[in-house]
Amino acid sequence: MVWGVVQFPGSCDERDALHACELAGGEARLIWHESRDLDGVDAVVVPGGFSYGDYLRAGAIARFSPAMEAVAEFAAGGGPVLGICNGFQVLCEADLLPGALLVNDNLRFVCRQVELVDDGDERLSIPAKHGEGRYWAPDEMLDAIEAGGQVAFRYAPGQNPNGSARDIAGVRNEAGNVLGLMPHPEHAVDAMTGSTDGLRIFEALARVGNPA
Amino acid sequence: MAKARVLIRPKEGILDPQGKAVERALPALGFEGVGHVRVGRMVELEADDPAQLPALCEKLLANPLIEDFEIESLDGA
Repeated sequence: MVWGVVQFPGSCDERDALHACELAGGEARLIWHESRDLDGVDAVVVPGGFSYGDYLRAGAIARFSPAMEAVAEFAAGGGPVLGICNGFQVLCEADLLPGALLVNDNLRFVCRQVELVDDGDERLSIPAKHGEGRYWAPDEMLDAIEAGGQVAFRYAPGQNPNGSARDIAGVRNEAGNVLGLMPHPEHAVDAMTGSTDGLRIFEALARVGNPA
Repeated sequence: MAKARVLIRPKEGILDPQGKAVERALPALGFEGVGHVRVGRMVELEADDPAQLPALCEKLLANPLIEDFEIESLDGA
C-alpha cells in the first residue's frame, strides 16, 4: 500500500497526514503540487492548510494545480481520495464532492476537539480547526446527498461548531471513493494527544485502496 | 485590452456572516438604519478577449454554487 499526500504551497498538515497513513499501514510519500504524476500510489490524501494562501476562496486556486488534475483522474478511475479541511475545500471546488465550505457562521476560527457521528452511528472524537468550515449546499442537493448515503460524518447533536447545514461534517461522492471532512483525523492518531479515532478513517481508506 | 470589473457576491439566501458583523458594528458608530449588508469581492482586470470573461468568472473568480457575479466594462468610463 502506497499513499500519496499532496503538498501545495501553504499546506501545513501534510507531515501529520504522512504519519497517519504510515500508522494505518504502508508507505507514504509527498506529491508536490506541480507534479502531474501520482507515481502509482494506491490512495491519495489532500491535506489541510492554506493552499496558495486561500486567495480568492479556500481551495479555488489549488484545484487547478497539475497534481489536482492527476487526482481528479485517479478519482474518476475509482481510486480512494481523502480530503481533510483545506483538502475538503479543494475537492469541493474541484467538483469531486458536492457542496461548498463557507465562512463559519460565528466568524470565529474554531480550534477544538469535536464529536462526530459516522453513518454507522459510531462516535469519533477528532479535532477541528478552521475558519471556513460551514458546509453548505442548496436544499435539493442536501436532500439528494442524504438520500444517496453520501453524508459520511455529522457533528454530534449540539456540537456543530460552524453552522454547517444539517450538521454535516463530511461527505463522500456518489461512487463512494472520494471523502472529505473538515475535522482532522490525522491529528487524532496517538493516545498521547487524546484520541486515536482518526486512525479509523485512514484504516478504512486503506481497505479501499488495498483490497487484499 | 478591455478593462473590466467583476463584482462577486454571496447568493441571496446564503447567510453572510461578514455582512452581519458589519451591520452590527454600524449602530455603535452612530450609523442607524442600515440593513441588509452583504460583503462580496471585486476584481479588476484587463483582457485581450473580453468574450472569455464569463467563462473565466464561472471557472475561477466565482463559485457559481454560492456566488453571483456581474461583469462591468470599464472601457470609456
